[in-house]
Amino acid sequence: MALTKADLVEKLLEDLGINKRDAKELVDQFFDEIKTALEAGGAVKLSGFGNFDLRDKKERPGRNPKTGEEIPITARRVVTFKPGQKLKAKVESFAGN
Amino acid sequence: MTKSELIEILARKNQHIATNDVEAAVKTVIEHMSNALSVGERIEIRGFGSFSLHFRPPRTGRNPKTGDAVDLSSKYVPHFKPGKELRDRVNSAWEHDTD
Repeated sequence: MALTKADLVEKLLEDLGINKRDAKELVDQFFDEIKTALEAGGAVKLSGFGNFDLRDKKERPGRNPKTGEEIPITARRVVTFKPGQKLKAKVESFAGN
Repeated sequence: MTKSELIEILARKNQHIATNDVEAAVKTVIEHMSNALSVGERIEIRGFGSFSLHFRPPRTGRNPKTGDAVDLSSKYVPHFKPGKELRDRVNSAWEHDTD
């Protein structure tokens, strides 16, 4: 089972004394504002969690995996995530399912 | 944008919510996302992306100072895969810029 926005809204209701409409609004806006900042070309740094950075990729040769046909992968800007020390340390000790 | 700037933006957009609550909400969201990953649970946020764990097998590393071999055990590392909306928005804003 994956954690979703609905689960995060529930957590806010349990942990804080705010109403459901506000909790939903804050969770939606949390992700919307990160998207907007990245779209505007700025990195996002959430201390304790990690950094969302932008990388500009040059065009490179690619292949259609189905047909084997060569088609260039166009130049593009992509989002990368670099987990912070705290998150890395928390996850490293996970023993696996 | 930093976490405190994100809190400021959300507080400005939600003046009916106490700033303390906005701050607590941002910290709670981040904390629960970290907790989920630390027990191996995936995170799926539609339009934003998904977080999961990737396995790293054990390997022999080296102490960069002394050159000694060190056995490193297997571990998991967090991985983020941007969702379609985020990918498209970031890339098309940039393409318009570079046109």
